[in-house]
Amino acid sequence: MAERPEASDRPLSPWRRVLAMPNDRPAKIVGVAVVLCLLCSIIVSAAAIGLKPRQEANKKLEIQRNILQVAGLMRPGADINELFKQIEPRIVDLRNGEFTDAVDPATYDQRAAARDPAQSEALTKDEDLAGIGRKAHYATVYLVKDDAGQVSSVILPVHGYGLWSTLYGYLAVKPDGREVVGLQFYEHAETPGLGGEVDNTRWRRLWQGKLLYDPEGDLRVEVAKGAASTGPDGVYQVDGLAGATLTSRGVSNLVRYWAGQDGFGPFLKHLEERLAEDG
Amino acid sequence: MANTRRLVTEPLLENNPVVLQTLGICSALAVTSSMKVSLIMCIALTSVVAFSNLSISLIRHQIPGSIRIIVQMVIIASLVIVVDQILKAYAYEASKTLSVFVGLIITNCIVMGRAEAYAMQNPPMMSFLDGVGNGLGYSMILMMVATIREFFGAGSLFGIEVLPLVANGGWYQPNGLLLLPPSAFFIIGGFIWILRTVKSRQRERLDYKIMNAQVQEHG
Repeated sequence: MAERPEASDRPLSPWRRVLAMPNDRPAKIVGVAVVLCLLCSIIVSAAAIGLKPRQEANKKLEIQRNILQVAGLMRPGADINELFKQIEPRIVDLRNGEFTDAVDPATYDQRAAARDPAQSEALTKDEDLAGIGRKAHYATVYLVKDDAGQVSSVILPVHGYGLWSTLYGYLAVKPDGREVVGLQFYEHAETPGLGGEVDNTRWRRLWQGKLLYDPEGDLRVEVAKGAASTGPDGVYQVDGLAGATLTSRGVSNLVRYWAGQDGFGPFLKHLEERLAEDG
Repeated sequence: MANTRRLVTEPLLENNPVVLQTLGICSALAVTSSMKVSLIMCIALTSVVAFSNLSISLIRHQIPGSIRIIVQMVIIASLVIVVDQILKAYAYEASKTLSVFVGLIITNCIVMGRAEAYAMQNPPMMSFLDGVGNGLGYSMILMMVATIREFFGAGSLFGIEVLPLVANGGWYQPNGLLLLPPSAFFIIGGFIWILRTVKSRQRERLDYKIMNAQVQEHG
């Protein structure tokens, strides 16, 4: 290094001096590390911030698409924003099953709320059938209205633990609060082809027309082990997924949890009156 | 010219990162149950290897030896985050299934391996091509595994049903094992076997020879 001929009359620029420094000098090591980290963090944050609006839009569209699908309104090639005008988001207080205006449905994030001790409650092991740990006080439900402004179905957010992951989805019910219109998950990490078959349209269609409660109001719905009963109980049962016993059980538990007393049970019980009152 | 072409073609069969060097197996097991997801993973990995090789090669004379691995990691990790963000913005559906595995590209041995073994000693353009070649070598195996797994495991290719499934009223009973990660082990094992049979040069030399220890019978 020392033998290198240098233009003695012209001092090296500081940048050049750094570059010419031997690589194993501590100052150089720190310098390289700092410059590199700075550069990389600029690139990473630029990408994250620059792409954020698009990512948020994707997320919102995805949720809307799922809501429309579970309500059976989604048609291929349809404009999601246009279709979504028929749908009104509302907040339900899960502690008493009443509609509430305590939070704004446009900005309320149930998942974030479930992590916040001020807005949620911890579940004991006995209560926690769905394996969710904490439950938010408020839930965003969606009222699907037909052209006459009548509510044709109500969409409830549900989630619970399957085999590998928490499944997040929507359960759509008729205004009578008993009959299922559809069940669909928009986020899960179950084994593709086995537990992942919860996304299979054929299996999802099995939920259509099933009843959550018997005429006495007892919670009856479940995912059967194997095929659903062909007897009178069949109306409360959905076929289990072949090769995915634990995912099936998870889905069964989460539907039962959210349809039960701790979930939307109190809300669904008087849904018809509630909707009429609500006008 | 011939040399640069070799940079890209050699990792496909002669020096494949997955089947010869047995690198990057982890993601090859995890994402290959569906072809669409595998394809996006391949594109993501190939671009990460290529660009990490390029940027590491650009600054190779300035990287202090004592922190070179960390420098490589920082560059690779940054690239992976950028790729992940791009996927979330432009391929949202796929990013949902891939998210974890895209993050794991950081630890994919192919990326680190090429950075350390090639990009640290070679000029930028050649390093870039070496990255592309190795990415393609990985992609080729991944897509072959994915094709077999999806075709026999789910009766479809790229999500389009080819064999009508029993579950949908057809005749094909899918092989559920192929959808589970271990099946990728068997398939990759099969590839290694075939490739080393055909190209016997890839066979590893035995470390030791098992002695012929048959006990002689005494009369």
